[in-house]
Amino acid sequence: MRRAHFKTSWIVAALLAPQLLVIFVFFYWPSAQALYWAFTLEQPWGGGNTWVGFENFRNVLSDPYYWSSVRVSVIFALATTALAMGMALTLALFVDRQLAGYRAFRVALIWPYAVAAPAVGLAFQFVFNPGAGIFSYINTISPGLWDPSRYPAQAVLAIIIAGAWKQVAYSFVFFLAALQSIPRSLTEAAAMDGARPLRRMLDLQLPLLTPTIFFLIVINITDSFTDSFGIVDTLTGGGPFRATDLMVYKIYSDGFRGFDYSGAAAQSIILMLLVIALTFVQFRYVERRVHYS
Amino acid sequence: MAEIRIRNLAKTYGKTTIMQGIDLQIAHGEFVVILGPSGCGKSSLLRMIAGLEEISEGLVEIGGTVVNALEPRERGCAMVFQNYALYPHMTVAENIGYALKVARIPKAERMARIRATAESVGLGDFLDRRPGQLSGGQRQRVAMARAIIREPKVFLFDEPLSNLDAKLRLQMRQEIRKIHNRIGATSVFVTHDQHEGMTLADRLVVMNKGTIEQIGTPAEIYERPQSLYVAGFIGSPPMNILPGQVSTARRGVLLEDGTLLPILSQLDAGDGAMVHVGFRPEQAELVEPGRGAFDARLDMIEEMGAARLCHLLFEDIPVSVLTEGRPALATGAPVGIRLTQEALHLFDANSGHRIELRRIDTRLVEMQPSA
Repeated sequence: MRRAHFKTSWIVAALLAPQLLVIFVFFYWPSAQALYWAFTLEQPWGGGNTWVGFENFRNVLSDPYYWSSVRVSVIFALATTALAMGMALTLALFVDRQLAGYRAFRVALIWPYAVAAPAVGLAFQFVFNPGAGIFSYINTISPGLWDPSRYPAQAVLAIIIAGAWKQVAYSFVFFLAALQSIPRSLTEAAAMDGARPLRRMLDLQLPLLTPTIFFLIVINITDSFTDSFGIVDTLTGGGPFRATDLMVYKIYSDGFRGFDYSGAAAQSIILMLLVIALTFVQFRYVERRVHYS
Repeated sequence: MAEIRIRNLAKTYGKTTIMQGIDLQIAHGEFVVILGPSGCGKSSLLRMIAGLEEISEGLVEIGGTVVNALEPRERGCAMVFQNYALYPHMTVAENIGYALKVARIPKAERMARIRATAESVGLGDFLDRRPGQLSGGQRQRVAMARAIIREPKVFLFDEPLSNLDAKLRLQMRQEIRKIHNRIGATSVFVTHDQHEGMTLADRLVVMNKGTIEQIGTPAEIYERPQSLYVAGFIGSPPMNILPGQVSTARRGVLLEDGTLLPILSQLDAGDGAMVHVGFRPEQAELVEPGRGAFDARLDMIEEMGAARLCHLLFEDIPVSVLTEGRPALATGAPVGIRLTQEALHLFDANSGHRIELRRIDTRLVEMQPSA
């Protein structure tokens, strides 16, 4: 393969600089700072710090609230990913079959991705409102049956639905693109071989989608661990009784409400390691079962 | 019995008609080749038989049943696609046996049939490979095997050889014909390659712009093209076409430079009718200037190995003559072209239809001008 080379290295440096600067300022610097804080005891009002080694980590890992936060984060990540990808795949299959009005749906189904997470949270605040929202109809059956601000399980369900709703659009775009890149003649050959649409979906489309499915699992799980702050903050505020206190949200509340900078820094290091480990596991063990054609 | 009958078939997309008035009958066990340039509707016709394309108008019958409303799987056809359309995530065995799996044939029988079919096309050693690990010719064989194993009533081929290199194409052409002879299913083969059409077909269907130009055996179509289009399309190098005008008084056709081509037979064309005269390069002969039917100038000579293709210019109209000899001529040199009466084809200049030349003895019968 032929490659283009720049003769002078300062052009290369100049072209790379803006991107490197952004990554440095918003990722490496804060990460390094967090790493430093995680091993020290930081005073909230300034005025120096003390080196404490692994003390912060020991505190975090022995805190039962932290482990319940991990538990709910895992549930949230798995449920959101499954729900979002299942919905996205179903919708993409329908759009790909060019059912009536598919052009309009194709655009409409992408829009939610452009909505910011806090806005999603606020919108679902209304949807789930036990007094006035759509879900309030449940309360006409039996008053007080639906109230996510009182029942932990309902609160978790609410953030899962809101989180999944936000993720659907992204997965949908990728699923639709992948489905449309399957050659038409393959589907036709399967039709000639006697396979009905559902059979073709299972035998042909799904196996050929495995690279996309794998990619979306990685992205969705990572996103639900790291990008769910906006929804939790606006929808439940971590409650009731810390039931929706996801790891990202706990980092924020411990750090900026509880002024435990060092504990929050330790938690963010743990979260980062967790996401790295998850991604590694997925590439190592799940990707083997993927067919790249 | 799986004869195919197509009656008054038409295909429209919105308001555009891409095909109309298609009537075609294919006998049981016949090998029919549909030949035409790209965009002539030949693939659409095949896909309408297969059930992959909706029929806008008309009827398609297979084995006496109207199949218009039937799904592809209910029509008893198997198809070989241009790009093979192999399932990339399945092995060769799984590809070949997919139809049987869908039909819930027990695994033991399925494996036996897969093995037998794969052996018959020379794929016995490749059953565990995936399509990505096969050469073009091998993929083609998998596609064939996938069609054969279903024991279809009708075999449909959509330009199956066009992705192969020239040598392999020749070889696969023969194999396809052998498989057809062995299995005896009705075959419909679509191609734009006239050599494929001529060599494979029991009968050829020449299509142009969504209609059928001519149906006949390859020999009939070569010897008596029914239209100017077919005359120009079939034959390689293509037929020479010269414009002219019928002169009943002088019993012939006047070419542009005033040369008279005598026609020693009865002409179904009136005096002064504008016509096109056609003759095949392989049926003409180079002679000394003034000794042939007309004279032309040499433009260039192409070496073909077994023969030479001489490109000539007659009044700026390119004319070619195939000759086995080695003419020692310089560019621009005048040369005569000798033609026999049998080599001449006449076509109406307006409609493009063939004008029949009835072989009669003109010494006995005066030429009759007809309307």
